[in-house]
Amino acid sequence: MSILRSSLLVAGKDLRIERRSRVAMQQVLPFGAIVLVLFAFALDPDRGLLSRVAPGLFWTAVLLAALLAVGRAFAVEEGNAARDGLRLSGLDGIAIFFGKAVAIVVELAVLEVVLGLGVVVLYDVEVHGLLLIVAAAIPATIGLAATGTVYGVLGLGVRARETLVPLLVLPAVTPVMLGGTQAFDAALDGRPGDGWPWVQLLWAFALLVVTLGALAFGPLLEES
Amino acid sequence: MTLKWLTGLTVVSLAVTVVLALVVAPADAVQGDAYRLMYLHVPTAWLAYLAFFVTAVASALWLWPRTRSTTWDLLAGASAEVGVIFTGLCLAMGSFWGRPIWGTWWEWDARVTTTAVLFFLYLGYLALRRTGVTAAERGKRCAIAALIAFADVPVVHFSVTWWETLHQDATVFNPKLDVHFEGFWMPFTLVFAVFAFTLLYATLVTARLQLAELEEGKEERELERAIERRVRVPAEQVPV
Repeated sequence: MSILRSSLLVAGKDLRIERRSRVAMQQVLPFGAIVLVLFAFALDPDRGLLSRVAPGLFWTAVLLAALLAVGRAFAVEEGNAARDGLRLSGLDGIAIFFGKAVAIVVELAVLEVVLGLGVVVLYDVEVHGLLLIVAAAIPATIGLAATGTVYGVLGLGVRARETLVPLLVLPAVTPVMLGGTQAFDAALDGRPGDGWPWVQLLWAFALLVVTLGALAFGPLLEES
Repeated sequence: MTLKWLTGLTVVSLAVTVVLALVVAPADAVQGDAYRLMYLHVPTAWLAYLAFFVTAVASALWLWPRTRSTTWDLLAGASAEVGVIFTGLCLAMGSFWGRPIWGTWWEWDARVTTTAVLFFLYLGYLALRRTGVTAAERGKRCAIAALIAFADVPVVHFSVTWWETLHQDATVFNPKLDVHFEGFWMPFTLVFAVFAFTLLYATLVTARLQLAELEEGKEERELERAIERRVRVPAEQVPV
């Protein structure tokens, strides 16, 4: 079986689980939304501050919700010896990595669209430069999902995984946080020229993590 | 034996550093005595980077099948522990120095921010090391985590540098570390302080490595003893 087909198989499996269990829809998504509401409480909605710092708040909410999505993606492998099943399936480690990462990318994409609408409605943001926003969100999401997948498998079978994985992921994704926020800022401010270099940086980060993850995932899965 | 010599040498050179930094080196024309913190700040920063570099190299040597040995794994851990402590000290020293000179405890300068991220990256690495798995299981996980963290550092630094250039120029304080050294004693003291702290690093890592090897051996010895006790009991008395 080709790597592409195997990856799609794994991604399909994860997304099917999410569709049936509805954890992503009923827990991760509302979690992201409540974070957006909390920011409004913290930052006094009347002063126009929310719309000015909206890009940063958006990416913080995405990042926090992404931690839940990553935890969930690996929690489903813990029960019923699913991990052993995955290891014995004969699928290439690279394909499993891509599959799990793609499933997280799809979930995060849905999350970002919903939270994006939430930001526009709740924070009174006028959308400019939609092309730049989408162009930045794609590599940022890939980078986030790939980092989460690598550290997720690192934490498999480890004591205190729930607290360990966020501690490992958050500092590692600082480039996504910075790049995403700056690119969105540039787009909303109507100066897209400042945003495109950040898109390049986000791609560079995504490619680095995807490469490292593809190399490391197989050996790590065997280990866990 | 080596450790004793190293410790002695470290204590002597640190004592010399104290005298050089506090007595011999003259006060700075602009910063007064506050600049003397640089004799702690610069060596701790150097140690932090050295320690994480050693962790990365040791991890790579562990992953390479021909050079695989538990010692590399333990060295990586020992070096990272020392590195995290010195990164923390480096940030604290910088903060103490920044208050009188920059007028603020914290400045989102590219170098400061990268160092802070570095601190958290390796704090996570240390947490991963302590998750209670056996040495064999720990090796691969931790070696890969150390290499990923090491690969992440340049991207973090680059993005933070870029971010900082977009900030408005600081008006009150100067974010560049433009400490001017004049005469002989100031640069000499700094070089000597770096030398003394490198010795300190060698001492701490050697001691930590020896301790870690003893810890590893302890588990094996306990297991052996338990098996021995079990073997000595006649078969019919073994509780089922």
